[in-house]
Amino acid sequence: MSVNAPSRRDAKRDATSAADARRASRPASGRPDGTRGPRESVISRSAAMLVMGVFTLYFLLPIFWLLVSSTKTVTNFNSTAPLWFSATAIQDTITNLGELFTRQDGIYLRWMLNSIAYAGVAGLIGTVLSAMCGYALAKYRFRGREALFNVFLGGVLVPATALALPLFLIFSQVDLTDTFWSVFLPSIVSPFGVYLSRLFAASSVPDEIIEAARIDGSGEVRTFFTVAVRLMSPALVTIFLFQFVAIWNNFFLPLVMLRDSSLFPVTLGLYTWNSSVNQYPDLRTMVLIGSFVSIIPLLVAFLSLQRFWRSGLGSGGLK
Amino acid sequence: MKTTKFLSAAAVALAATVALAGCSSGGGSSSGGGSSDSAASSCKPSGGKVTLDFTTWVPNMDKVVAVWNKEHPDIQVKVSIVANGNSGTYQNFFNQLKAKQAPDIGQVEYDSLPAFRVQGGLENIAACKGVSDVKKDFSAGLWNQVTFGEDNSVYAIPQDSGPMALYYRKDLFEKAGLDAPKTWAEYAEDAVKIKAMGGNITNFAKGDVNQFAGLVSQAGGQWFKNSGQDWNVNLTDTASKKVADYWQDLIDKKLVNTLPSFTDQWNNAYDSGQDWTWVSAVWGANTISSGAPSTSGKWAVAPMPQWKSGDSASAAWGGSSNVVFSGSKHPAEAAQFLTWLNTSTEALSQLNEVANLYPASSTGAELPALTKGLEFYGNQKIYEQFADAAKDIQPFTWGPTMTQTYADVSDGFGSAASGNGTLLDALKSGQTKTIAALEAQSIPVKK
Repeated sequence: MSVNAPSRRDAKRDATSAADARRASRPASGRPDGTRGPRESVISRSAAMLVMGVFTLYFLLPIFWLLVSSTKTVTNFNSTAPLWFSATAIQDTITNLGELFTRQDGIYLRWMLNSIAYAGVAGLIGTVLSAMCGYALAKYRFRGREALFNVFLGGVLVPATALALPLFLIFSQVDLTDTFWSVFLPSIVSPFGVYLSRLFAASSVPDEIIEAARIDGSGEVRTFFTVAVRLMSPALVTIFLFQFVAIWNNFFLPLVMLRDSSLFPVTLGLYTWNSSVNQYPDLRTMVLIGSFVSIIPLLVAFLSLQRFWRSGLGSGGLK
Repeated sequence: MKTTKFLSAAAVALAATVALAGCSSGGGSSSGGGSSDSAASSCKPSGGKVTLDFTTWVPNMDKVVAVWNKEHPDIQVKVSIVANGNSGTYQNFFNQLKAKQAPDIGQVEYDSLPAFRVQGGLENIAACKGVSDVKKDFSAGLWNQVTFGEDNSVYAIPQDSGPMALYYRKDLFEKAGLDAPKTWAEYAEDAVKIKAMGGNITNFAKGDVNQFAGLVSQAGGQWFKNSGQDWNVNLTDTASKKVADYWQDLIDKKLVNTLPSFTDQWNNAYDSGQDWTWVSAVWGANTISSGAPSTSGKWAVAPMPQWKSGDSASAAWGGSSNVVFSGSKHPAEAAQFLTWLNTSTEALSQLNEVANLYPASSTGAELPALTKGLEFYGNQKIYEQFADAAKDIQPFTWGPTMTQTYADVSDGFGSAASGNGTLLDALKSGQTKTIAALEAQSIPVKK
């Protein structure tokens, strides 16, 4: 009771002052030249909205174009308005989809599954490796730790494209080119993931919790998988998504490594089709609807993992 | 922790291997030329069951190969369908040759054959059984492309070819009271009349330098000559100058469109009747019919306009061949397969049907699909026109760095089309850059 009393008084005072402010502002808003304050905020807010709206439009327009274009036949694609659906959109979409999934004995589906295997499985393994690595770099003290970390930082700067050709030459030494592994193995390495893991491990796994686990008799590996991983999970989701997208979009490595079209990821497969569009124009529709369908797994990955994207899971755990 | 150590150790090992691989592959490719020469004298079948790897970008090639595989259980061909040559596949071939991982058989366009030849990437299959017999199936100009004019040499079997002719809007020409232009002079006169009616006679393709090379070759030009060891580069010979000035004049007078070809705008210009003609290859028939569907029945094909009235010179744009890469263990079987693929009626009719290829072989010109009238072209038997054109294709030698030459010339054409510089300037700078590129690869150039 005695504790609450001052706060109630505060509330009352706040209310009074708010009422004062209202009272004070009312005559002000009545004056034609005195409305500057509130209106300025409306202007700046709508300006911000406008800028955001323009950028949203800018980013979504190509996707919308892709959606519209993939609902058209080759004929309508050239002759109807590029940003609106043609009259026969629904049946054309169904025809296009049917053609997409049956062309070359349904190779498109194979490409999608390959992409999911490369990006999903290698992304998952890569995330675990990155997490272990980053955790070790953040939580253990050993000689050369910073030097090692700097090597990883250097690795972040090397573009994946630059590594494709050296990797090809190495893989050809062991006769592994044109195999699943030639794309899968290089994909599980992610210096950027290690970098993020170290930052997240340092900030979200308190030393005290690790020590408590040790005192309770947990081994290091068990501590990592049962305690650290859970505390780091929002970060791991982020790393996984980064990794997933990076592998999904890594086009050059499969281009250099693979010859057998049944091993292609969907990006390379669509590129193959697209490179023949000049001579086989009916492929254009396939490339368009194929591109559209191929962004669906990325959308699903992002939307379904978004809810794990919370931070500060362990922040209230101390005290 | 262990992982990181292992990774960094592996990284060091990788870096070292790369350096080593770089050295050894350099030696490998230069000796490749030697080994292919020795193979010319002997081409023995390896016997037993053989599997050949075949990398191509021709869609549905697997269906054609399936026919072969069924008939030849001992020579099985495994097809990989990849992106177009210039979309990365040539680069991959070069990498694979360096790493000795090249497929047995590959698809290579005529203009890229010299690039592979100077790198020693092609196996000479002249001595393989059946190869010399198919010479008669191809026109002399085409056969010259795959032998480089060398004696006792065959480096590829021609597959498809791109004889050029004039596609024109017959309906519009008739309405305007014009005939299909027989000479380039008439073509330029028609251009003025068509402009007065609000159209463009054609679109100057600033990006398609290979089309321009076709026009130059029709005028009797030669950009490259390989005299024994030296390469002679001349992008600005009399014929090239004539062709460049001709088109420059049309561009200056704004009588032609200059849209990038094979784009939607470009299709639209044909579809809406804005552009009236296209000097293009046989495969262009599909490009028009799918890009300008609303003009069905209104097109026709005429021979290319001539520089001298009464001539019948033609040229080629595109087309590709099949090569046996050096290092293949089974050149005899590969050659046997390639002669079947590119000269037998069985294979050619399939290729034409499922991949829409216009066969380079003369047996192919008699395929039923190539002797009937096409509705899109007002039931004209257009392929007969192209078969005639194929007989008059002027010989043309390609350089060893065509990708670079195309890119540099097309940069210049781009600025010429927008009013900076001329087409001739572009050819001049293309020539300088090509010589520089050849010298950078230590290919001897005659000056």
